[in-house]
Formats: sequence, C-alpha cells, structure tokens
Amino acid sequence: MSSSFASPRMADPVLTVDHVTMRFGGLVAVNDLSFRVGRGDITALIGPNGAGKTTVFNCITGFYKPTEGMMTLRHRDGAEFLLEQLPGYAVNRNARVARTFQNIRLFTGMTVLENLLVAQHNPLMLASGFTIAGLLGLPAYRRAEKAAVERAKDWLERIHLMHRADDPAGALPYGDQRRLEIARAMCTDPVLLCLDEPAAGLNPRESLLLNDLLRAIRDDHDTSVLLIEHDMSVVMEISDHVVVLDYGTKIADGTPTEIQSDQSVIAAYLGVEDDEVEQVEAEVGV
Amino acid sequence: MATPAPTLAAPNAADRAATDMAAIVKDAALFALVTFGLCVPIVAFRTDLSQTSALDLVPRWGLVAILCGLVFVGRLAQRMILANRDARRALTPSPTQATEAVDATPNASQKLSSYALPAFLGVTLAFPLLAVLGTGGLGESRYWIDLGILILTYVMLGWGLNIVVGLAGLLDLGYVAFYAVGAYSYALLSTVFGLSFWICLPLAGLFAGLWGMVLGFPVLRLRGDYLAIVTLAFGEIIRLVLINWTDFSGGAAGISSIPRATFFGVPFTADEDGFAAKFGLDFSPMHRVIFLYYLILVLALITNGVTLRLRRLPIGRAWEALREDEIACRSLGINTTNTKLTAFALGAMFGGFAGSFFAVRQGFVSPESFNFLESAIILAIVVLGGMGSQIGVAVAAVAMVGGPEMLRNLGFLKAVFGDGFDPNEYRLLLFGLAMVIMMIWRPRGLISERAPSIVLKERKRISGSLVKEGHG
Repeated sequence: MSSSFASPRMADPVLTVDHVTMRFGGLVAVNDLSFRVGRGDITALIGPNGAGKTTVFNCITGFYKPTEGMMTLRHRDGAEFLLEQLPGYAVNRNARVARTFQNIRLFTGMTVLENLLVAQHNPLMLASGFTIAGLLGLPAYRRAEKAAVERAKDWLERIHLMHRADDPAGALPYGDQRRLEIARAMCTDPVLLCLDEPAAGLNPRESLLLNDLLRAIRDDHDTSVLLIEHDMSVVMEISDHVVVLDYGTKIADGTPTEIQSDQSVIAAYLGVEDDEVEQVEAEVGV
Repeated sequence: MATPAPTLAAPNAADRAATDMAAIVKDAALFALVTFGLCVPIVAFRTDLSQTSALDLVPRWGLVAILCGLVFVGRLAQRMILANRDARRALTPSPTQATEAVDATPNASQKLSSYALPAFLGVTLAFPLLAVLGTGGLGESRYWIDLGILILTYVMLGWGLNIVVGLAGLLDLGYVAFYAVGAYSYALLSTVFGLSFWICLPLAGLFAGLWGMVLGFPVLRLRGDYLAIVTLAFGEIIRLVLINWTDFSGGAAGISSIPRATFFGVPFTADEDGFAAKFGLDFSPMHRVIFLYYLILVLALITNGVTLRLRRLPIGRAWEALREDEIACRSLGINTTNTKLTAFALGAMFGGFAGSFFAVRQGFVSPESFNFLESAIILAIVVLGGMGSQIGVAVAAVAMVGGPEMLRNLGFLKAVFGDGFDPNEYRLLLFGLAMVIMMIWRPRGLISERAPSIVLKERKRISGSLVKEGHG
C-alpha cells in the first residue's frame, strides 16, 4: 500500500477490512479487498458502476456473508466485533454499524417521528421491560420514551424537518427523505455510519446541505462515516480518505488529492490512450 | 373537399363533454354486448321436459334483453358518476400529494367518527337490554343475544388476527388452529382434570400462544405466498390431528358435556345455590346467556385495549415497521425473528382465549367447528375492515356475521318475485355480491387510513396509499 496512513487517524481504525472476497457462483464481485476506515474520518468508497461498492457495503452491514476474509470493528473502549460472524441485526445492535440504502428504505406509511422512534427500538425495548413494564405504564418507560422523542426532535431540527414531524415519511420530497434516512440511521447511535450514495438525485443546494450534515456528524458525534458516492464534488469536498475499487479490486487508496492525480484511477474512469495500453501490457508482460 | 384547418386551441368544454358522452355510450354498449354473449349459452334457452318426456328448448330472449338492458343502464350510470367525480377531483388536489400543509380541518365524516366510537360502545353495552325491550321478553330476546355473542366472538378473533395480519403484515390463513387449541384446552382441562373456567382461560391462551411460537419458528424464513400456504397447512394439520387422535380428542365425535360457565363460582342453575336464588331473581336460562354476552364483550375489549396499547410501545412500532420494510428493520438492529414470533404468539393467544370462550358457551367442541372456512371468514373480517384498523375490524365483523343473518328477513322480496321465491336460497348470493361491491368501492377496507402511534403537534391520518400491506 502506497499510503496506508493517509490520515493520522488511520493508526486507530474503527473498521479494518482484511482480504475480503465475495463470490456469487462464478462471479467474483469483490476480490481480496483490504482497507481501513480511520476513527473520526469520512472515508469514501468510489469506483465505476459494477465495481462492487454496494457488495462491500452489504458485507460490512451484515446483509451478505463474505466468502473469505475478515472485517473487524473496534469501539473506542476496545471492544472488538468480527462483523462477518454476527447475525444481520446484531451488526447494528451490538457492533453499532448503521447504514442507509441506495434506493431509500423509509417506513413510508409511518410518520417522520415514528421512523426515528423505530430506530431507537433496542434501548426503548429494554426500557419497556420487554413490553411488560410498558404495558403496565410504569414511569421508567414513560421517561425513556420522552427522552427518545427529545432525541428525535433534536435530529429533526438538524435536518430541518421539524415542521413535518407528523407527516408520513412517504409524503416527503426526495431530498428530505434522503436526509431523514440519515437521521434515522444516526438515531441508532452508531460508531460507523455507512451511506450508500447519499447525494444521488439531490440538487446542488441539497447537496451542500448534505455536506454540512455529514461534517457535523463527523465533528459532533463519535461517528466515523463510510460512503459510496458518484458525485465527485461531494467526495473531494468532504472526504478525508478515498478508496477506489474497479472490478472488485482496490486500485488506489489515499487522500483526495492523491487520488485525483492517480494514473490508475484516471484510467479506470476515463480509459487510457492506445499506446499506453501497449506500454502497460509490456510492463505486465502480456 | 375543403377540410377545416386544424386549430391549436383547446377544444371547448361542450365539445369535450360531447366526446366523453359518446365514449361512455360506446363503452356501455360494449358491456351490453359482452353480457349478450354470456347470456346466449347460459340464459337464452331453458331445457324443459315436454309431454313426451323429451327435452324441449324454451327460448327466453325477453329475459336476455332485460339483462342486457340492465347492464347497459348500470354501466352508463357508473361511468357518468365516475366522470363527475373525476372532474370534481381534478379541481381539488389530494392532501397526500401536497408537499406543503393543506387545509386539514376535519370533514363531516371525520367529525362524525369522533362520536361514532362512544355510540358504538354504548349500543354494545346496552345491547341485551335493547334486545329484551325490543322483543318484549327475556326468553324472546335469546336469538338476538346469541347473535350478539356470535358477532363479538368474531370481533375478538378479528382483533387477534389483526395483530398478525394488520400490524405485522404476516398473512396467516390458519388462524382457526389457535381457536381450536384454545377450545380443546378448555374442553380437556375441564373434563379430565375438573379445572374451572377461570383457571382454564389463561391456560388456554398460554397453550395457544405456545402453539403460535411452534408455528412461528418454521415459517419465519418464508414470505408472502409461501407463508400463507404453510399457515394454511398448519390449520389443517391441527384439525386432522383432532379428528384422528381419538384417544386424545374424542375424534370426529368431539368432546361433549363440557362444564358451563359459572358466575365466578356461582352456577347458573335453578337450585338454591344457583345464581338466581343467590341474587333473589326468578330463574331463567337467559341469565347465563346474558352473562356470556358480557364475558365475551370484556374479553374482546381486553384484546382491543392490549392491542391499542402495544401499538404505542416499541414492539408495536417494530411490527408496523416490519410490515413496511423488513430489510430496513434489520439495518436498524431490530431482531426480525423475535418480532415476528411475538406477533404470532400474541395473536394466537387471543385466538386461544376466544376458543376457550367458544367451548364454554357451546358445551361441546368437535373438529367440524374449526375448518378452513372459519379462518377465511376471520381473515375476510380483517381485510374488509381495513388492515390494522381496530374499529374497521369491529364494523366488518358486524357486517360479515350479522349481515347473512339480517338477510334472512327478505320476506318482502316475495312481493316482487312471487310466492314461489325463497329468499333464503339467495341469502349468501346477495351477501357475496355485497362483498364484491364493497371491495370495488373500498379496495383497502372500510378504514384504510392509519392513525399514527405518537404525535408531536397535530394528529394527521395517514393515507392508505402510503401504508404497505406487508409480504410476510
């Protein structure tokens, strides 16, 4: 690796992905991928269409079990979780990895506030004594619910959706839905937030709002961000560290400035001149 | 020939109305034609035995003409009404499409519904009194109070299934199995061990809940149609076991002489320890029936109360979230397996309570009472009521169970169709027709809107078009 410590925070990675391979039958979607997500960094995972970015995400967040390899998540207190061994829901509940989806997955028939409360299911479930104390209406549960609503209100202020708290999530405009999904993921109190194309379909103004939101998440919370993004203005603007995938293999890894001048990245995105192909072939020895 | 130059101006309203009218008439004519095509093989000829006992074809073209005419007029009327409605709607945007708040003052029907609930409850509470006053005697009111008990049993079953189907979005076609488990639990515990109803009632609920979990485990991986088929099979398995395991359940003959309900230990008998003597009343078998009425009313209200309460708790929100999007639930750390299991178990538990009530009321259980039709009726109640809506389910139970009974009183139709007409034969036909029309008119049930479980500032009902139905 040419620049494995692109940021000083890389010495204490929140997530270490080691030699992860994901095969679907004969198709190798991710091939021997290793990278680190620094604690407190915004790390961007980029690459052309079909490069395997979303597959990596699905492996990290427990939706796929990787064929080979290991993903270690470390909390600040030293607790370690091997993500590939956890059942799907425990990746969020125990390891505290939250995610959003490329095609937004909100609970459309529930209100904005309800969406944020469902995200706090596990602490609330505990507070409700696994429903029994809640059914009896004990004050401890009522206090917990009040705190959960306060937390939801806090996030609604930050994403400027306070006035729509009682509207169904499905009735919100697209950009608001994107921000709500991020707020919902943040309500689970994650140490690592994985965002799958958060800026897709946003207009330039909404895109700027998103950048501010992501920076605020990084600076105000103990949350590191890993994001897939096609919009280079977002990637170069806010990320501290960039990992580039092509055909399931990592081709570059470094700071945004390093990535911008990396020949293999330019080649992957824009293609290369014919004589360069010959030159590369000569180097590789084909 | 000089053709008029095409104008770019929009056709005026009169022109458009004329073309619309022509299209409507054409459409209605097409419907009449299809009816004619259908009538030719089915209605146009009747086979009669002639004098020589050969078959004669009697043509009935007059009837065919009447039927085609009815379809033509009916379709015409329907299209005109729809066209009118569309024109009206085009002028007022739907509040769900608006991104900014539109005028949200409650309309007339919403205002009405705030009075409807207490009125509904009041009528239910006073129903035995009304029945006695209406029919003029305790004995004469029996039919009505029995009907009330039957309806309330289905209301309770509907509310129980509503947890599984309406809230958690899991399609359960075998709900009657839990009803059977509850009924047989009481029947066996009381006849074999001599336990009283009040001890058996919670036990029956517990057993049914356990069976809910037993069923829950294998079906958790399944979704949609596959889930429906497995639950259907489970319902049949329970019934077949009850029929064939004669030593245990008495087989097809069932279990009879199940002890009757007592008034918290005081039996409803004519002797001096009985209910009537203790309370200084004249003995009447109706005391027991009225007691049963209030018993099932209380059980149903408990079901409703618990369900409404659960909806506001994290578990209830998790059920609804599961119905909306299971993958998103998993990404938020919700253990979907456990959440589905609790929905199954709780729904089954209320089914078990209703089952043990059924056994104590009938004094006799047999596998015949727990066939697939029962599951279908309960599911139809939930779907017709509007999935997830408690009041909708109650209204649907009244319509589904009370409706066919009400249609027994169709004697007046004899005046129309002549004395040879037996209205009872057409009872279920009319009922089926009513259901079809109902589902065309309100495809998502009587009450399709969802009420939010928690409100910050203003309670807004959520349009049914945004609420998902779940897929297992």
